[in-house]
Amino acid sequence: MSTRRYLISKVLQAILTLAFVLAFNFFLFRAVGDPVTQLLRGHSGISAQAVLQLQRQLGLDLPLPQQFVHYVKETFEGHLGYSYFYNLPVSQVIAGRIWPTILLIGLSTLASTALGIWIGIRQGWRRGSKYDQGMLAFTLFTYSMPEFWFGLLIIMAFAVGVGPFPALFPTGGYETTGAGYTGMAHVVDVLNHMVLPFFVLTLSYLGEYSLIMRSSLLETLGEDFIITARAKGVRENRVLYGHAVPNALLPTMTVTILQLGFVLSGVITIELIFNWPGLGLLTATSVDARDFPVLQGLFLLFSASVIVANLVADLLYSYLDPRVRAA
Amino acid sequence: MSLLSVHDLFVNYRTQGGPVPAVRGVDIEIGTGEVLGLAGESGCGKSTIAGALLRLLPTGTEVTGSILLNGEDVLGMRPGRLRAVRWTETSIVFQGAMHALNPVQRVGEQIEEAILIHHQAGEREAHVRVGGLLEQVGLPPRRIKDYPHELSGGQKQRVMIAMALACNPSLIIADEPTTALDVMVQAQVLKLLKELQRDLGLAMLFITHDLSVLIEVCDRLAIMYAGRIVEEGPAQSVFYESAHPYTRALADAFPAIGEGRFRKAPSGLPGDPPYPQDLPGGCTFHPRCPLAFEACPHIDPRLFDVGPGWRAACLLVDSAKPVLEAARTPGSGP
Ligand SMILES: Nc1ncnc2c1ncn2[C@@H]1O[C@H](COP(=O)(O)OP(=O)(O)O)[C@@H](O)[C@H]1O
Ligand SMILES: [Mg+2]
Repeated sequence: MSTRRYLISKVLQAILTLAFVLAFNFFLFRAVGDPVTQLLRGHSGISAQAVLQLQRQLGLDLPLPQQFVHYVKETFEGHLGYSYFYNLPVSQVIAGRIWPTILLIGLSTLASTALGIWIGIRQGWRRGSKYDQGMLAFTLFTYSMPEFWFGLLIIMAFAVGVGPFPALFPTGGYETTGAGYTGMAHVVDVLNHMVLPFFVLTLSYLGEYSLIMRSSLLETLGEDFIITARAKGVRENRVLYGHAVPNALLPTMTVTILQLGFVLSGVITIELIFNWPGLGLLTATSVDARDFPVLQGLFLLFSASVIVANLVADLLYSYLDPRVRAA
Repeated sequence: MSLLSVHDLFVNYRTQGGPVPAVRGVDIEIGTGEVLGLAGESGCGKSTIAGALLRLLPTGTEVTGSILLNGEDVLGMRPGRLRAVRWTETSIVFQGAMHALNPVQRVGEQIEEAILIHHQAGEREAHVRVGGLLEQVGLPPRRIKDYPHELSGGQKQRVMIAMALACNPSLIIADEPTTALDVMVQAQVLKLLKELQRDLGLAMLFITHDLSVLIEVCDRLAIMYAGRIVEEGPAQSVFYESAHPYTRALADAFPAIGEGRFRKAPSGLPGDPPYPQDLPGGCTFHPRCPLAFEACPHIDPRLFDVGPGWRAACLLVDSAKPVLEAARTPGSGP
């Protein structure tokens, strides 16, 4: 029953981390300054009484422990506070922006991992070949190129249209405003807007995955059980996909999921450049507006998703790697 | 006709530092049901020979000479034929089964794979056969479902042996099959191999650096040093009346089980074996040889007859005298 114990310990670990993030979040956003002062920034001539009233409204007049209990309770009920900027509940603000990001990150992560792993397998299998060398150069290039720079280049080439390139795609946004498309036309419109940011994100992270998969496969191919498989008379194709890849995928998968945190930060840049109305753009505008409650909510959400991703990685790992279960 | 007949085998590994001549002209004959022991210090080329027999060495490795398996030239085989021959005619029990098994596949499946790819049985029949094979090597059939990490070192080696038997080969290469194991377990695995060999009439190439293991299992012994066989003959003669000083040193280092001598470092054997890229001139063993004399650094001895079916590559062997005489005559040295 060690499998179950392992799973339980992983879930407990995740819960503990989440609790820590929750507490950290609470103190962090109180450490950056008094919310009321932040809120009234730029407004002059506000009476002391108004300030007091605002403090009471925000629950800031209570002692800190009580504030904390209140905060935890509210968070669990899905009340993340009130946006200074939008004058809406934070949860509502976030809910309105979450789908574009999930769509963009989800599709591009799927594409970059699948493509990266596939490229990495072919590179590792034919190490030193022209394909391997070419791909190595290409992926290192796309990997090291800053996203904003890459994004701007792509916009110039494919949205603005420079020289021989026609302006194929919209420069930004989620849909054509005012067009009022519905049904299939709307889907096509959104996809059309998504092509460029998707392309940039996918290409930016592709190299990371192909490099990991390549080196992981190379390491696996040097192991004794690969020679055993060959000695048994197993076909080369099966040596690769039946023996080497299943072993090499394990580390790649873990890194891929751990990578999600970086993808989340990368998406902030991309959404800003492409004016993609997701959580990344919301983060950028909220920083500008010093909309701390929204930032607090986003911070919580980002942390939670990384923690959950880690948990999923652990669970998947235990499913795929029999050795982990015994650990 | 021998089951395995290797003639003039040379193996050069290709490395960034140039070719590494790991095997330099080796002849091996193994008849049906015969057990040949191959011994020598680590690095002398034993595993390289094992790998060459089924062409398992890294791509780019240069292998020349001839390897006849049941009369068929292994080095000239097309890939399809080579795959068909692997495991059905010759299988290998690898050194330290620790890493020789796929860690994410159940051991039963790994054995079954060999049976299935060689079309020796349908899936259901193969499954039954795997259970039988495990029993044959002294493991309960329920171990089919285990992953390698769930087994002890000895159990893994038993799985490896069961796997080697899966396609009924006539020759098994055992490359240090007991090296990574505890002494107790070593003895058990050795006993198992010996019994299987006898019961199934298997031919074996038994590789180890521990001579005392070989004396119990082998009909004939071949001793390797620096990529060559330096003594070869009936196991008892080679072990107890070693003609080559290197064999003597090895035999002293590993007294036969139950013998009064106790284990000590190879007597009179200072230093390490040479690296293949940096071999001494003349007899490659002379810098470490307690009996070396003035001719040794100059003459590279071939195998001289010592007795019936017994040869040694040493200038001290009686039948080497003509060579020494010839070298002493000015102007006619080799
Ligand atoms: N893949 C390889 N590339 C280069 N040199 C190798 C390779 N494998 C083995 N060698 C060298 O060949 C020699 C013989 O090695 P090996 O056959 O493994 O010896 P043994 O099995 O007797 O210990 C050693 O000097 C070793 O360093
Ligand atoms: Mg070896």
